[in-house]
This record gives sequence, C-alpha cells and structure tokens, in this order.
Amino acid sequence: MEPAEIIQHSGGVIGASWLMIALPLLGAAVLLLGGRKTDKFGHLLGVAMAVASFVVAALAFIQLLGFAPGERRRGVELYDLIPGIAKVGLLVDPLSISFCLLITFVGSLIHIYSIGYMAHDPARRRFFAYLNLFVAAMLVLVLADNYLGLYVGWEGVGLASYLLIGFWQHKPTAATAAKKAFIVNRVGDFGLSIGIFTIFATFHSLSYQGVAEGMAKGGSIPATAIGLLLLLGACGKSAQLPLQSWLLDAMEGPTPVSALIHAATMVTAGVYLVVRSGPIFQATDTAQLVVTIVGVATLLAGAIIGTAKDDIKKALAGSTMSQIGYMMLAAGIGPAGYAFAIAHLITHGFFKADMFLGAGSVMHGMNDEVNMRKYGGLRKVMPITFVTFFIGYLAIIGFPLLSGYFTKDGIIETAMEHNAILGWLAVLGAGITGFYMSRLVFMTFFGKKRWEADAHPHESPAVMTWPLIILSIGAIVLGAFLILGNRFMLFLSPAVGRPEELPSFHPFSTTGLATLALVAVGVVFAWYRYGSAEVPGVAPRGSFLTAFARRDLYGDALNEALLMRPGQWLTRLAVYFDNRGVDGLVNSLAALIGGSSGRLRRIQTGYVRSYALSIFVGAAVLVGAWFVVGNL
Amino acid sequence: MPWLSILMGVSVLGALGVTLVRNDKLAKQFTLGVSLIVLALAIAMAVQFSPNGDKFQFTEKYDWIPALGVHYAVGVDGIALVLILLSVVLVPIVVLASWHDAEAGKRSVRTYFSLMLVLEAMMIGVFAATDVFLFYVFFEAMLIPMYFMIGSYGGAQRSYAAVKFLLYSLFGGLLMLVAVIALYTIAGKGTFMFPDLVGTIQDVNTQKWLFLGFFIAFAIKAPLWPFHTWLPDAAAQAPAGAAVLLVGVLDKVGTYGMLRFCLELFPDASKFFTPMVITLSVIGIVYGAIVAIGQTDMKRLIAYTSVSHFGFIALGVFAMTTNAGAGATLYMVNHGFSTGALFLIAGFLIQRRGSQFIADYGGVQKVAPVLAGTFLVAGLSSLSLPGLSTFVSEFMVLVGTYEKYLVPAAIATTGVILAAIYILWMYQRTMNGPTAESVKHLPDLNAREKWVVAPLIALLLVFGFYPKPLLDVIHPAVKNTLSSVPATDPAPAVQVAKEAQ
Repeated sequence: MEPAEIIQHSGGVIGASWLMIALPLLGAAVLLLGGRKTDKFGHLLGVAMAVASFVVAALAFIQLLGFAPGERRRGVELYDLIPGIAKVGLLVDPLSISFCLLITFVGSLIHIYSIGYMAHDPARRRFFAYLNLFVAAMLVLVLADNYLGLYVGWEGVGLASYLLIGFWQHKPTAATAAKKAFIVNRVGDFGLSIGIFTIFATFHSLSYQGVAEGMAKGGSIPATAIGLLLLLGACGKSAQLPLQSWLLDAMEGPTPVSALIHAATMVTAGVYLVVRSGPIFQATDTAQLVVTIVGVATLLAGAIIGTAKDDIKKALAGSTMSQIGYMMLAAGIGPAGYAFAIAHLITHGFFKADMFLGAGSVMHGMNDEVNMRKYGGLRKVMPITFVTFFIGYLAIIGFPLLSGYFTKDGIIETAMEHNAILGWLAVLGAGITGFYMSRLVFMTFFGKKRWEADAHPHESPAVMTWPLIILSIGAIVLGAFLILGNRFMLFLSPAVGRPEELPSFHPFSTTGLATLALVAVGVVFAWYRYGSAEVPGVAPRGSFLTAFARRDLYGDALNEALLMRPGQWLTRLAVYFDNRGVDGLVNSLAALIGGSSGRLRRIQTGYVRSYALSIFVGAAVLVGAWFVVGNL
Repeated sequence: MPWLSILMGVSVLGALGVTLVRNDKLAKQFTLGVSLIVLALAIAMAVQFSPNGDKFQFTEKYDWIPALGVHYAVGVDGIALVLILLSVVLVPIVVLASWHDAEAGKRSVRTYFSLMLVLEAMMIGVFAATDVFLFYVFFEAMLIPMYFMIGSYGGAQRSYAAVKFLLYSLFGGLLMLVAVIALYTIAGKGTFMFPDLVGTIQDVNTQKWLFLGFFIAFAIKAPLWPFHTWLPDAAAQAPAGAAVLLVGVLDKVGTYGMLRFCLELFPDASKFFTPMVITLSVIGIVYGAIVAIGQTDMKRLIAYTSVSHFGFIALGVFAMTTNAGAGATLYMVNHGFSTGALFLIAGFLIQRRGSQFIADYGGVQKVAPVLAGTFLVAGLSSLSLPGLSTFVSEFMVLVGTYEKYLVPAAIATTGVILAAIYILWMYQRTMNGPTAESVKHLPDLNAREKWVVAPLIALLLVFGFYPKPLLDVIHPAVKNTLSSVPATDPAPAVQVAKEAQ
C-alpha cells in the first residue's frame, strides 16, 4: 500500500503545531539571554515549556485522529526560507506525530527528573536552556516537510548534543568528547549534504512531497547514490558503523542527557531519515541491502561492546548502538519493517530512558561512581530504582509480554522472512543482549556490596523516581499496545505505506522460541559469571576477545591510524608549505623589489628551491585539475 | 536625490571633522555619530530600492575627464546595494569596538578614526562606481587608509605586514590598470562607463588577456589561493577593527569585481577560465581550512578560515548558476558579519590577556561566560551552522555548484568537516578545560563590548532564519548578470509539480 497524499492544512491545533517548536525555543532563549536573573526559576520554566510542547503535540494527535486514515497527512506552510530552494513547512502525519509524542513526553519526564539530578549544579539554568534547545531542534527535525528543514533540525540537535556532552566543560575529557561527537557527526553530515544536493539537482525540489512525486514519475534518478549518502548521515547521527565511535565518549555528559539525547531520541534520527526517505530507498535494492547490513553489523558490535564495559553508562551506550542497529535493520527492509522499526524505537525510548535514568539514580546515590565493579547489592537500598530498572531490563531482553518482546520480535521475524542470514544474526544479537544486560543488572543490584568506603547509597527523591515509574509502565505495556492487532502498522501506513499482507503475531514461532532460548542461555551464563560468583573489584585481564570488546572493537584505534594521524601530518605539511613555499615565493619577490641585500642573500641560500618547488607544484596541480574539471 | 554621493560626502566631511575635534573622546563619539548617520541614510536609501526596477538605481553621472571619457558615475544594483549595506553596518560596530585600540601607541587617536571614515567613503564608492576608471581609482585609493591603519596602529610586525599588503595589492592593481586602459582602447568607445563597455570585446583571445588582468588583481584582493599569503600577516598585525574592515569588506571587492566585471565584460573568457578558477577555489577551500587547523595564533587562524570562505565565494561566482551566484553574493555579506564577530571577540580576548597565542589560554568559559558564549556563536557561524545566516549562503553556493560541477562541489563540501575541526578545536583550547592561571582574573565583556557583539549576532540569527529580504534584492541582480553572460541553470532530471517544490 502506498503512502497517502499530503493535504494542505490550516487552523486548529495542527495549524498551530509550530508552537511545539516555538515554546521550548522561547524557553531556551529566555534562559540563555536572561542570565543569572533567571537562575531561580530556570528549571521550572524549562519544565513548563517541555510540558506545554507535549500538550500541543497531544492535542494535535487527537485532531489528527479525527481525520480518516487516508487524510492524516497534513502539511502546514509557514514561510519561504530560501526562495527557489525550499520553504519552511511542517508535515504533521502519523510518523512525525509519533516522534513528537515520544520526544515531548519522554523529554518532559527527563526535564522533571533533571530538577533533582542537577539540583546542586551551579549551572542548572544553562542545562535547562540547552535541554529546551534540544527539544525544539529535535521537533524541527521530525516536523519539517522537506530535507532542508530536516537538515536544520539535524544540525540543531547536533549543537545541543555538543553543548550537553560538554556541559561540564572544565573537564578536558568532556570537552574532547563533545568536540569528537560534533566532528564525527559532521562526517555524516557531509554525506547527508551531498545527498540533499543530489536530490535538489534531480528534482529541483527538496520537499518530501516533491521527492515522492518525482520518484513515482521515474527517469534517470541516482537513487542508490542518494540512498547511500543519506545513510552516511544516518550512521553519523545514530552511531552506526562506521561512525559509531562518538557515542561511547558522549557518556561524559550528565546522565539525563544520555537518556534523552543519546538513547531515546536524537540517536534514532537516522532511523527516522531512512523511513522518511522510503520512496528513495524502496527504489534501490543496493542501498536497502547496505542499510540492513549496517544495522546487523552495528547490532552485533554494540552488543559485544556492551558485554565488556564496567562503566554502567558505557554498557548502556553499547546497548543503545545495538538496539538502533535493530531499528536500522528493520528500516532497511522496507514497508514490512517500517512499523516495527518505529515501534521498537518508541518502546526503546521508554525502556532505555528508564534504565539510563535509573543508572543516573544509582550514580546520584553513589557519589557519581560509574564503575559497576564498585556497585553490588543495591536492590535493597534503592528499591524503586531497582524495580523500575529491572522492568526496563526485562523489556530490553525481550521477556515475554513486555515491550521489547513484541517490538524486537517483530523485527527479528521480519528480518528472518526477508533474509535468513540477517535473521539469525539478529537472533544471535538478542542472545548477547540477554547476557550483557543481565551482567549489568547482576553487577549493580545483586551480589555482595563492593562499595567504596565513603559511599552511602540511598534512594533518590520523588522528583527523580516518579519519571522512572512512569517510564517503566511504558516499558511494560507499550509493546503489546502497538503490535497486537497491527495497531501501529495500520496507524503508520498512511505516512510510510505497508505490505499488502498484514503480518500476524505468533507467540510460539520457531524464530521466537529460538530467540527466547538464546536469551535464556545469555541470562544463565551471566548469572553464573556475575550473579552467583564473586565479581572481582578490578577487571581481570581476560582473553584477546575481551580486550577487543573493551577497546570498542578498536574503533578509536582505527580512526586514529587512518584519519587522525594522517590528518595531523597533512596539517603540519600544509602549514610548513604555506610558510615556506607559497609565502617564500612572495617574500623573495618583495625582496627583489625592496632590493634589501639581507633578504637577497636568503634567496640565494634556499628560498629559490622552495620558490621553484611551489611554482612547479602549483603548475602541476593546475594542469591536472584543469583536465579533471574541464572534462566533466 | 543623489543618495550615494550624500553617503560618501557625509563620511568624508565626518573624516575632516574628526581631525578638527580637540578632544580624543569627543572625536570617537563624533566618529560613531557620523557612522550611524551614514547607516541611517543608507537604510533610507535601501528601502527605496526596487529589486525588479532598473539594473542600476540611484545613478549619478558627471564628466570628470571629458577628454578621456572618464566620469564620476555611481549607481547600485542589488549586489552592490547589499555590499554597501554590509560596509555601513560594520563601520559603526568597528568604531565602537576600537574605542581604546589606538591608545596604546604614540600615534594620534583622532587620525585612526578619521582614517576609518575615509575608508568608509571609499568602500561605498568602490561598490557604487559604474565607471570602470572610477572603480579603479577607488580600488587603489582604499589601500592608503588601510596601509596606515595596519602600519601605524598594528602589532609588533606591523610594518612588514603593511608593506607586504601594499606590494601585493599594488602589483595586482598595476595589472588591472593595464587591462583597464587596454579595454578602453580596444573597445574604442571613448568612454569608461561600465554599461557602455559590456559586450564591446568580441574577440575571445583579447577577452582572455583582459580577463587575466582583472582577475589576478581580484584574486589577490579576495584573496584566492595561491595569492593569499599576505592576508594572514596583515590580519594578524592589524588592530582587530581594521582586520574586520579588511577581511569583511575590502577583500569582498575582489569577489565583487569577479562577479561584476570579469563575468559581464569578458563572458567568453570567464567561461574559458572557469575550470581554472573552480580548481583554485576548491583548493583554497580545503587548503585554507587545513592550514587554519594548524595555526597557533588566533588571528592568523581566523584569517585562514577566510581564505577557505573566499574559496566558497569564488566557487559560487564562477559556477554561474542562479543559486550559486546569489549564494556567493549573500556569502559576501554573511561572511562580513561572521568574521567580523570572530575577529572582534578574539580581539577583546587578546586585549585582556595580551597574547594572540591559543596556547596561552584555557578555561576562559569559567571566568568570562558571555565572552565565551558569543565567541562560540561567532565560531558556529564560521562553520555554517543552520540557523545562522552563513549556512544559507554556503548551502546555496554548494547546491548551485553541484547542479553543474558535481565533483568540485563534493570536494568543497569537505569544508564542513574541516570547519568543525578548526573552530571547535580553537574553542576547546581557549575556552574549555581547567582555567589557566593567567586568565583567572579576566573580566567578562563590558557593556560597550556587548553592544558591539549583539548586533552582529542578531544579524546572523535573523538572516539565518529569514534571509528572504536580502535574497529578494540579490536574486534579480544575479539573474541579470548571468543572463548577460549568458549562463543558464541546468534543468532537473525529473520535473515535479511547482507546488511540490
């Protein structure tokens, strides 16, 4: 079934859906420009703006449900951004409204949680300003009705992410992590930009409507190239291989940031991009295949990294990579996978935010300790944190009837039908998930206390535990709600299409049973290693495999060897060349004109060589390039 | 009303007036007042400009040397108009920013501010001139106030930098003079009026030689790789305010000249040399950015970012599509605001600590959050973050170039990665990390400095979200220029309905 037409809309809450963006943006502006005067109420204003944005989203959703399914794609025109290239318009449809609800609801809870978490931080107001900025930018990303608007939001969330990872910027590690995240993302944006240029050159339109129309028309469309370029952008934002390295470092940011940006929302933007660009990807098997391969590779890589981390946040970050890998895999399959990709994205948003905030609650009580080898037995002192975390844990490993069980199983089943190799690898990933998540839970909440002497763990205040409770409720019920009866697939189909034949849910399919069995093996193995056995206070050396996983599969080492070091050499060479070669030529000219004997002597002793060299190199480059450019 | 002459006249009279004021403080206030009046007048003029009216508006024409056909002739199209607006917006900001800059040395404070107003008149004149000879005169005359601003009020190596700047520019100017005279002679029209000279040179070989004469002068001015090496020295030694006017406005004369004179007077030669210029531009974009990454001196770093940015502008001019050309013109304006903000805020920082070296800083954010925050915004505008106006122009240049020249545009796009590296690394080394002992007591921006930075950031933001007012003026002028070449935009591979665009 094809997606529905977009209908221009005005009036009602949908007509005013720009308020969703404007309110948090206003909050950010007031808090940043208002300075210390707004310190007193900054956090409250931040929360109010996020909640207000959620209210608008909810009302827009209700209005949208009032239309017949085929009329649920509403375009809202705002103004002309770049005449001749793109207008600013919003597209409120089942896909974007799903994101809006997720972003503003989970976002509001995380704002509330942060009141408690950041209570003692002198820069709390700035923190809320950045959080508001993030929410606004993320909503621009998902609400824009064209690729330029998407790009504006895309870079906007990148900025917010940069500011929040580096929030404790006096720590050199945080500052470096922030910079790394931005730069690696820019590598992805390089691809996304060129993808957008190609779209414009092909259709002279950047709107989703125009692209869909053009794709339907057909002709000489470089769909594979566009798809792969967009995918590069998606890999950057969603920390998929080969641009995954920034996400683990991003855990330097305050934990609510990790929950909101680096788990529930921003990092899923790549999945959104692939699903939103369905008309392009569905025209190219190659690009779709690459998407699924990237997804599977990352879901395994992230899971393997997750098994080896002692830092609770980094273990969760590996898990995030891995879960997004699942979504990417589903998104690469096409209309059969879209609903599962987005459904898993939503349930993951709840259970992963739940667990990240739970980790934050643990750290809050443990003097910001992140090393799980120094946790142990915390379930008794932090009962609410433990219970909510445990629900999130059951949901992610796919414990029957909880959220992840439905959404992840949907992805695995669809993948299995699409391509058995991909399917079995996804099953394997589920098994590893069972292991590393159990390891995390056992090391943190079970076993003996391994606390530092000065640790006095305690339960967090209500402002932090209530968000945990609400998120864990979502982690329980959302999966069944979305998947049973294909509720979400039917809701989403006007926006992204759906397969002619609706999938049916079998609780006892071969794939499902195999997955459960493998997960159980993972859990039992983890109990044997980390539950019943003593956890050593210092990490054992382990085999080369452990080292491989601990060092993030040598991702950083690879980046350093292939990009950073050559880059540094190139920079040094260029600076040297610029001072000696190009400038030398000019200085000698100046000396000739000036006739200064001192300078003339220098020409005779060495500048001539660099002079000749620069002329030669310059001429060679020019002639070569002339041929290249001239023949295009 | 002779708007353009009034603008120049007020600046020149102001420059004379400043020298008569006895008191330095009064002289500064007077300068600021004059520059604000010029700004107000320019805005009054701009609102009367009709984008789809005559090509040149507010025209004036008087004989200057009748025997040779030299005129005092001025007028503006959309391109010249936005560049004049850029100039008159920047001058009062720079005056306010330079309040104490001239006091350190032994030179006269009044002269410094007087030079600024002289320069303002010339900047207006050079963009407004519609007589090629008059343009040449302004082109060369501008060097004089700038030479003194660098050479008398600059840093330790000011005279080396000023002489280098002068020699380079004079060399380019000389080539242009030869080409201007040759153009006059070969055209045989007995006039230097630009509109009368368009289309007079038919022979392609002649066009090529004349093109080179103009182009090299403009490439040095802009500066384009490999003619750029004077810029880092000049910008690093110039006082921050002079650096802003130099890089923000004076250098734009180079790229403006390419768009106005090279394309329209020598269209066939321009097309012939397009591969060369595009190559130089792309090299400049990547090379400038890489060398910027390796700089240890903040002002030199900013200067090299401009080498990269000028590559984008020249690329947009010579891609000869509407989007790229309009983008390049808008880029000239935005780059003035962006680089202006960077130079001025870096200047405030340098003034406080007394060092241009990045390594002498660290953790400034902790002690001077407003300074750090504004520096970050300025930096983000340099890396073309969406939401800031520089993004719009860079996007337009790249998308417009990509339509015609896929590979060069793709290589140029690596600039977005490199820009993130040079800006964020500089920011990290100066503003983040533990606060260095030497900067522990740096004061944050004072009220005057905030007034300097606020309008620049406001402009970057407003035109970032709503560039239409500028583009509405620029678009018809660029289309007009391209149609006289003529150059047409490539058609899309698949045509979609108009409303879907």
